[in-house]
Amino acid sequence: MIGLGPIWLTIALACATTLVLLVLGTPLAWWLATTRSRLRPVVEALTALPLVLPPTVLGFYMLVLLGPASALGAFWVTVTGEALTFSFSGLVVASVIYSLPFMVQPLQSAFEQVGSGPVEAAATLRASRWDTLTSVVMPLSAGGFLTAIVLTFAHTVGEFGVVLMVGGNIPGETRVVSIAIYEYVETLRYGDAHRLSIGLLLFSFAVLLLVYRNNRRMAVRVA
Amino acid sequence: MTESADKGRDTSSVAQAFLDISVEAQRGEFQLSTKLQVAEAGVTALFGASGSGKTSLLRVLAGFDRATGSIRCGNEIWLDSEAGINVPTHQRGVGLMFQDARLFAHLNVAENLQFARRRAAKLPQIVDYDAVVAAFELEPLLARRSTELSGGEAQRVALARTLLTQPQLLLLDEPLAALDDQRKADLLPYLETLVREFSIPLLYVSHDIDEVARLAPNMVVLEAGAVVAQGTTAELFARLDLPEVSGRLEAHALLQGVVVEQDQHWQLTRLSVGGQELSVPLRARLVVGNQVQLRVRARDVALAIAKPAGLSIRNVLAGRLVELQQNVESPFAEAVIELSDGSVATGAALGYLRSRITRAAAAELQLSEGQTIYALVKTVSFDA
Repeated sequence: MIGLGPIWLTIALACATTLVLLVLGTPLAWWLATTRSRLRPVVEALTALPLVLPPTVLGFYMLVLLGPASALGAFWVTVTGEALTFSFSGLVVASVIYSLPFMVQPLQSAFEQVGSGPVEAAATLRASRWDTLTSVVMPLSAGGFLTAIVLTFAHTVGEFGVVLMVGGNIPGETRVVSIAIYEYVETLRYGDAHRLSIGLLLFSFAVLLLVYRNNRRMAVRVA
Repeated sequence: MTESADKGRDTSSVAQAFLDISVEAQRGEFQLSTKLQVAEAGVTALFGASGSGKTSLLRVLAGFDRATGSIRCGNEIWLDSEAGINVPTHQRGVGLMFQDARLFAHLNVAENLQFARRRAAKLPQIVDYDAVVAAFELEPLLARRSTELSGGEAQRVALARTLLTQPQLLLLDEPLAALDDQRKADLLPYLETLVREFSIPLLYVSHDIDEVARLAPNMVVLEAGAVVAQGTTAELFARLDLPEVSGRLEAHALLQGVVVEQDQHWQLTRLSVGGQELSVPLRARLVVGNQVQLRVRARDVALAIAKPAGLSIRNVLAGRLVELQQNVESPFAEAVIELSDGSVATGAALGYLRSRITRAAAAELQLSEGQTIYALVKTVSFDA
């Protein structure tokens, strides 16, 4: 029988990634939606990179960047005592990068759709920029947030290459559902692979159904 | 320039203006280069055709768009590009009401009002919440969703919301432009209430001269991003060089009058216009002492060089011909008459009339600028 370990681990990873991305992606999307800076296309392209890069490329660079030999990896080791690579925390960091466009792009479109009208109105009603974001723009973008959260969650659940490169296959630590399926197939346990695969298939379909019912248009695009 | 024109400029050069603007901005091809001082409280109309820079100026005043120069409102500096000061919109005490209301769709009417009220809670409370709700008759609307209001209702809520920010300066950006004639007529009284009950300096942006005549005693005319005329609305209506203000074929002048008698016998309302009497068909809803604004069309005014007798026209106003404009390509001459109080000239203008007569008549009467003249008024219409 298959264990529930990979499933719980996948859910935990997707939850953590989505939460982190909500916190980081909202201000980034807000900046992208409102800035007149010449840096905007550069940042937009960087944000969209994970959509087009092979996960192995991304995973490779993440492995280098997060490894104990790098500055970031070494710093992490001194602070927490553990390495970022081949750990759950490392997976979260990698997933945050990997799923970034799925959070930022729907939010950016939603913020752009709100437009300058309500933002200017809020400013004349003595609301600061941050106040305007939280009390006007975010409530008016509720649909965009739902899309962004669901897509980010689902995309994190479905990742494989980056996880394999950065996290390997450690049960209870980095062995998520997609890795488990890969291993079942490698060891010819097709029955178990089927059970997990059909679960992932139905889950993904349900998620997309939810998004499309919520939005007429899929809010993810390449740059 | 004529005397009337010079007087128009005089009113703007008061030493300590409430609002002092000197801004420059480039928007593509359009150059905004506005120097403007608004002296008194009350309503000042910012008038101009579309593309004249009204909206650009408004956006610079509100702090939405960048500009170089300086803006001072009361004791506060909002912009001083040399000193590197550019106060963000939410810290300027500017209450801006947009043409399209811009209510927050996720909040109901009461919550929209509370949005402004909460953020102005620590400021001196010039405007009282209950008074605003009463003035704009919002009680029945409070629980409504802001997306389910009619255009006129939304504008009323937006007006109230703007007031609740306790603004130092109100900016109204063509509040009636998006409404049809019926809704316009419905909303106008509320704007008059606003002017009457809440004494906040107000800039009223409009390209509709009738609204300006009705709401604003002072006006500024913008053209191609610059101020071309400023003065009292009545003075500018008498200017022959501002056809877009007073209209070409329908040119008319504005007069302020006070009701002195409601004559039931002859069914006449008698008005005093700077000491001279004017009778109009009885207006039942007026009472003695009411201030009214009158409109007199240029083509309804005939001229006489001596006080006429034996005439059916009873409204004869004495004055001085201050400007006479003749164009050889037209059969008509345009005249501006400064009304006097009949006695020795006091120096203060009591109002202006315009008259359209034929050039032939002007020549026959040997009309010349500066002479005493009698204006024969056939019809008068009221604002409101």
